[in-house]
Amino acid sequence: MTLNLVQSINATLRHQLRCDERTIILGEDVGVNGGVFRATDGLQQEFGADRVIDTPLTEVGIIGAAIGMAMNGLRPVAEIQFADFIYPAFDLIVSELAKMRYRTGGMYQAPVVIRAPYGGGIKGGLYHSQSPEAYFVHTAGLKVVIPSNPYDAKGLLLAALRDPDPVLFFEPKKVYRTIRGEVPEEDYTIPIGKARVAREGTQVSVFAYGAMLHTSLEAATKVEGRISVEVIDLRSLLPFDIEAIVASVTKTGRAVIVHEAPLTGGFGAELSAQINERCLFKLQAPVVRVCAPDTPFPYTLENVYLPDAERVAKAIERTAAF
Amino acid sequence: MNVTAVLSAPAHTNGNACTPFAFIAADGSVCSEVTLPAEELRAAYRWLLLTRELDTRLLSLQRQGRIGFYAPCTGEEAAQVGSALALQQGDWTLSQYREPGAALVRGMPLVKLLCHMYGNVQDPLQGRQMPSHFGWKEAHFVPASSPVGTQIPIATGVAWASKLKHESAVTLVYFGEGATSTGDFHVSMNLAGVFQLPLVFLCKNNAYAISTAGHQQTAVATMAEKAAAYGFAGVRVDGNDVLAMLSATRAAVELARQGGGPTLIEAVTYRMGPHSTADDPRRYRSEAEVEQARQRDPVERMRRYLAAQGVVTVEQDAELRAAVAHEIEAAIQSAEKVESPPLDSIFHDVYAEMPWHLREQMAELVNDPTYADSEAPNWGGESDDYKFP
Repeated sequence: MTLNLVQSINATLRHQLRCDERTIILGEDVGVNGGVFRATDGLQQEFGADRVIDTPLTEVGIIGAAIGMAMNGLRPVAEIQFADFIYPAFDLIVSELAKMRYRTGGMYQAPVVIRAPYGGGIKGGLYHSQSPEAYFVHTAGLKVVIPSNPYDAKGLLLAALRDPDPVLFFEPKKVYRTIRGEVPEEDYTIPIGKARVAREGTQVSVFAYGAMLHTSLEAATKVEGRISVEVIDLRSLLPFDIEAIVASVTKTGRAVIVHEAPLTGGFGAELSAQINERCLFKLQAPVVRVCAPDTPFPYTLENVYLPDAERVAKAIERTAAF
Repeated sequence: MNVTAVLSAPAHTNGNACTPFAFIAADGSVCSEVTLPAEELRAAYRWLLLTRELDTRLLSLQRQGRIGFYAPCTGEEAAQVGSALALQQGDWTLSQYREPGAALVRGMPLVKLLCHMYGNVQDPLQGRQMPSHFGWKEAHFVPASSPVGTQIPIATGVAWASKLKHESAVTLVYFGEGATSTGDFHVSMNLAGVFQLPLVFLCKNNAYAISTAGHQQTAVATMAEKAAAYGFAGVRVDGNDVLAMLSATRAAVELARQGGGPTLIEAVTYRMGPHSTADDPRRYRSEAEVEQARQRDPVERMRRYLAAQGVVTVEQDAELRAAVAHEIEAAIQSAEKVESPPLDSIFHDVYAEMPWHLREQMAELVNDPTYADSEAPNWGGESDDYKFP
């Protein structure tokens, strides 16, 4: 079945609601309205208002309730309408969700999946475009997963929904409808923590995730014939696939990291540190990061703000020529 | 007095809005008829004595440097014991960190509670949290965390799950009056009202949030009246009257169990001790005020009442107190002998299955000879310049 990314999310949620009666979806406008991006379209009609719950406008309540539901035997999927609005629930996520298993000595666990559309490229301005993944990667006890295509979206989301630990599932809303692909109807999972080689190459490794994976692939095409670029879709940021990362850099000796979140303290910083610690003698050039500037997200000039294929291609060329 | 009537009426229609509902007056005399069997009365009294004695001992253990921290609850025994006694098997409790009596009533073994205070390998939490964050899974008593108020939205989810699963369990969540200033409280009251959750909000109004007095937390006269904004009943109960607490909580629990939705109970009490072993209350309140509160002591009130009713004689009282002290001493002796958690316990329970980066970090730390002979920490003894009187 050919689906776009948001259709794949919708089909996967429907599949899991059918498979497991403990699965509960809760969030703002997820029921009657089917979600502002239609990710939950038709689900309340099929499964009822007790399985797909329209909540009052409170991220604290959505996440807090999801934690309690999970502790009491349900498998809640909490939708945060935009990742930009997750911050009111930050305390619940960091202080409680992430630490529940640890602080209770394993007495309780909170297998909550938090789905949130993230990232720029939809003319969403400052508060509908942010990429907050690094905050959560810095929080022990969470898993952070970001798919880049419809096939992975299903496999990773099913893995998240069946994971015994809380998973933040960030969906690149820029490519919700632009990336289409074959999504098998049967049940399958993609293990959390495993990257994918999206394009094989020998001279420069480019590490990306979400919408930036496609930007990176475009950049690799731009330099095709001159530089052989390997593009790795990280898919999971916590835990990340250290073996795949080291294997690729060992082969190419050059690394470019791309994300649309701001540069400083971003996931790229961790990745760069890991590559430097583990691959020092294989490196032919300094690790380069292509990220958004360290500013809030601008509305009018978002196309300049976000890394594009041109900027990534230049970084690849610079790295290759070092 | 008909408790159901009290519960179904908004707090402000309950006579004087500020007069808490009580069975026993401060001097132990009866102000409303009590119909509990003598056995239940004695059991409730024993829990009060146990909680008081435990509090005294734990404070002293901290002052001696034998445990690292404690959040005392002297003065608040009736509020927690009375409410916890109203719950039944299968019901859930989420606490703040000042309800050790409630944990014991719900079934946490005393020795396990002590092991938690020592943070040793027998601590159900594996020494990962400060003392006073106890919990016990078999009793669905969820261990507290330190942020004030986060347990309240979680409690809505626990209660919600019971409702969605068509189970009869009720959830009770403890918090202090300070927590009513948090967004978490209001969000949760709202959710519970909208979805008619089987949840009892138990606000222990102990007059202080560390140094901040109740009137600095809110512009209204009572915490109970806040329930009106969320579409359900709030009641103000004398939190130092264990029977009033039991009765009011039973009514609220019953209402919740029958699908009648949430109730807010404001238990009016007083924190006679410091906020924690790191606090000096002399900085923010007078000894005269504390002395006045002692006149309303919940344990002494129950003793007078039971003596007047002939349910507990002077001899029986002395026996009970001795038995309770002995039980606590034995538990302390056992807990103190237990070793610290192993080094690798730092890394377990972060995830169900340990990911590569934690395995790597664990191996590095566990194999470091620096930590080979790690022993329990020395908590430093009476290093504080302040000593609780």
